[in-house]
Parts: sequence; structure tokens; C-alpha cells
Amino acid sequence: MGTNLSNLFYLLTIATFILALRFLSSPAHARRGNQIGAAGMLVAIGVTFARSGLTSYWEIVLGMVVGGGFGAFAARKVKMTAMPQMVALFNGVGGGAAALISLAELHRLLPAPGRLHVDIALSIVLSALIGSVSFAGSMIAFAKLQELIGGRPITYPGQQFVNAAVIGLCLAAGIALVAGVQREWLLWGLAAGASLFGILFVLPIGGADMPVVISLLNAFTGLAAAATGFELENNVLIVSGMLVGASGTLLTMKMGRAMNRSIANVLFGAFGQVTAEAAAVAAGEGGGTVRSANAEDVAVMLAYAHKVVFVPGYGLAVAQAQHDVHQLADLLEAKGVEISYAIHPVAGRMPGHMNVLLAEANVPYTQLEEMDDANSEFPRTDVAVVVGANDVVNPDARNKPGSPIYGMPILNVDDAQVVVVLKRSMNPGFAGIENPLFYNPKTVMLFGDAKASLSQLIQDVKAL
Amino acid sequence: MSHGILLVFEVTILVLTVFLGFEVISKVPTLLHTPLMSGTNAIHGIVIVGAMLVLGLGHKGPFTWVIGFIAVVLASANVVGGFVVTDRMLEMFKKREPAKETKDGTKP
Repeated sequence: MGTNLSNLFYLLTIATFILALRFLSSPAHARRGNQIGAAGMLVAIGVTFARSGLTSYWEIVLGMVVGGGFGAFAARKVKMTAMPQMVALFNGVGGGAAALISLAELHRLLPAPGRLHVDIALSIVLSALIGSVSFAGSMIAFAKLQELIGGRPITYPGQQFVNAAVIGLCLAAGIALVAGVQREWLLWGLAAGASLFGILFVLPIGGADMPVVISLLNAFTGLAAAATGFELENNVLIVSGMLVGASGTLLTMKMGRAMNRSIANVLFGAFGQVTAEAAAVAAGEGGGTVRSANAEDVAVMLAYAHKVVFVPGYGLAVAQAQHDVHQLADLLEAKGVEISYAIHPVAGRMPGHMNVLLAEANVPYTQLEEMDDANSEFPRTDVAVVVGANDVVNPDARNKPGSPIYGMPILNVDDAQVVVVLKRSMNPGFAGIENPLFYNPKTVMLFGDAKASLSQLIQDVKAL
Repeated sequence: MSHGILLVFEVTILVLTVFLGFEVISKVPTLLHTPLMSGTNAIHGIVIVGAMLVLGLGHKGPFTWVIGFIAVVLASANVVGGFVVTDRMLEMFKKREPAKETKDGTKP
């Protein structure tokens, strides 16, 4: 197949990718969009096979069977709670592939008569650099989320200096290559340095900030793919890569806004450490009195309410209690209670993770409310049930300028008539910050494991 | 097309894509941000085209072969894993009473 014809087919692929993203604007047809995108990908692969001059068919097919087999197996087996590390892993291998393509491209082009085109050299450098950072960074993010290594931020004195030195050396190698130094080892050194930088840069970031890191690395891989498009003069790579780059960038900014922190603060702030100190201060302050209730009382409250809003946090997923929440909600609905779920944008371990976990438990998506909608509903809510969430309902974010989470948009559960908090004990949450919501006179605590408390509530509501 | 003209053309496309990307992505609700991430993840698996070209066209001895082969393996894992996992997630988003629903989740 000639270049013009294959480029037209690639254009078709581009169109399907844009449609796939467009269809994601509503859950009703999102799945069809994804299938259209997958079909477009098949077209691109088929066209590439038909390119004139292509050899090594069997090697390509073998590689696809090996890689695709692994991908399909992992994608089918993964639990929904483990989705963030799965996305990190697939993201990393994509970045790695982009980096390898640029290494092979340089090897093919060198030694070149005269200088390489500046733009070709620049895109080779960029895709090796960004692809390697994305590969190594994603692997560390994967290892952290999979708990192969500790999730706590790892810091040491002079860390920023070391990071700056490593990336500085990489940039120097890159500039030399673009300036016309024809040495392949420079690019290898650059890729190795960039991988090291990827590792160093993700290691100090705490588990709670992983949503931001994963979406940033997603953008990186997209940019690396776009850069390989310039190397190979291939539009489908440029457009698809850049679409992902734009998407990842936008999501990263949205995450930052939802946590009220700049991206720089997330990446270089080692949040977990700062808050550990703040928690030590806060623990000394002490609170007021805590009202605790038994499941029977709470069941009565819920069953005779007009409107109940569930506020799930990652603790819910850890306790594997999504199905129990849904069962309880169904029982209440049968008694005529209006039910919805208020989802904070950073609930879970990646953007929108909580929605996926609840969808898995068959909660209809029409009941899942975004933060702003939920907040306008709380004043007419009788009972807000907080399950496994903490920081995203902490009123300090509104009221206490000294708090590490001050300014973060939260779910205003304290606008509801009554707040029920299901919690294991009075220990502070993941970020280690004291929560005055628990001392609010409107709040009752139902202590115990979330799953056990919920099944108790289910029994008690049934008994009513 | 001369190299310069082609380059300007490619950069034009790149810049337009940035605007298109922001426009399309900003319409995706928070509800679907995880599938959005894994979906875009699958899309950047398009590097498989580059990997295939490296292995299939740029043959220059065992070095390119090994690099190209690994690139094809990694990119295929990215493509297949990305699309399958996104499909699994989107399948779960249903409006109501999933038992009475058709499989694609479109009927209320």
C-alpha cells in the first residue's frame, strides 16, 4: 500500500479515536465509543501491515501475541480496586515503547551524511526523554500502588538537587544530539538518566497523591508518542499522542484544583511528610465530645428519612463494602427514601475511581452525584452517611486557614440534618489530619468495620 | 513534499489537536474520568504503529531487531490491555435494575 492511501486510512483511525473520546461524554454510549476506538486501532495495525516494503511479519505477529496476550490476561484478571496500578502499568509500557522506537530510529539514521534535520533529532531526543521518564515513573507508581514498595513518601536531604542534576545531564546530552553530535551512546545515556529521573521523581510522592501522578504520566506517554510521530513523519501518531497529552494535562489540572494544590506542590512537596507533622500538632489540640450510636438507632434514622446521601471514600473500597452499601440503599429505596451518592473528585486512587467501584456494585450511575450537585443537595438531606471517607468531608478545609487541607473543596455533609460516620476508630485518616466533623453535635459515629456495620444496618432496617 | 513544508504541516496538525483535545476532554464528566484515563491510555498504544515500522522497515541487523521486537511487545500490551480494561469498566456503568437491562446498557 502506498503512503497516500495508508495515510487516508490513518485519518480514519484518528476519526475513530476522536469519536471514542466524544462518546465518553455520557455513560450511556461510552462503551460503544471505546469499541469504535478499538476498531480504529485495528485499522491502523492492518494498514501498517499492508505498507509496501514491510518485512519481518512473523516477528511482528509473535511480538503482538506475546504482548497482547499479557495485556488481555492482566486486563481481565485485575480487580477494580487495583485499576490505578493497572493503568500505570499499561501507561509505562507505552512510554517504554516510545523510548525504544527513538533509540532504534537514531540507530537507523546514524551515521548520517552531514547533520540530521534538527526537528528529527529534537523529536528523537524528546521521545526518548519523556518516554523513559514515563516508563520508569509508571513502574514506580505501579510498585507503590501494588504495595511492592512502601507507599509513604521517600525523602532524603539534597533530593531536589540530585533530581535537578540528573535531569540537567539528560538535557545536556539532548542538546548535544540536537546540535549535531552523532553519538548513539549519548541517547542511551539520556534514556538511562531519564529513567533514573523517573524513579527519583515518583519515589517521594505519597500514595494519596498518586491520582495526580498517574494522570501526569499519562500525559507524558501521549507526548512521547506524538514525538515519535514527528520522527516517523506519521500523522496518526502525532494526533493520537497529542490527544492523550491534552487529556492527561487537563485531568492533572483538574485533580490539582480538587485538592487545592498546585501541581508543583504535589510533585515536589512530599505531602505525606508535611501532614504527619501537622497531625502531631493537631493531636495535641484535642477535640470535643464524640456521640456514638448503635446500628439500631441509625437504622431507624435512615428508614424514616426522606433523603439519604451516601458519601463513600476509599475506606469503603478497602473494606470491599460497595455491595453492602448498595444493598442497604436498595432496602431504603423500597421504603420510599430518596437515595444518592456524593462523590468527591479525588475519592479513590485515581480520578473517578469511586464511580467505577460503585458501578461495579451495580449502583445506577444516575444516583452518582458530582461534588457541586451534591453540595447543593445537602441542606435538604435528612441523613448523610459517610463511609470510609475522611479528608474530603473535613470542615477544616473551609474554616481553618492553618490546616494542610485548607482551601480544598469538600463535600459539605454538615449541611445535612444528621451526619452518620461509619469509622473503625477515632484514628485520623490517610493524610493524618484531625477531623472536627466527628465532634459536631449533628454527627453520630457508628464505630466498627465498615462492612460489618453495614450488614448490621441491613439487618436492622429489614427488621423494622 | 519537501521536509520543511511537511514539518510545518505536522506542527499545524499538532497545535490544532491540542485545542481539539481540550475541547473534547472537557466534556467528559467526572463520573467517567477513570475510563477516560484508561481509554486515552489505550489510544497512546498507537505507538504500536511506530514499533511495527521500526521492526519491519528499519531493519539494520540484530540490534534494531531486538529493540523493535521489545517495542512491539510493550505496545501490544498497552493497546490490548488498555481497550479491554476500559471495556470492562464501561460495561459496569448502568442506569438502573441491571437484571432487566439489555447488555449494552442503553435501555433505561
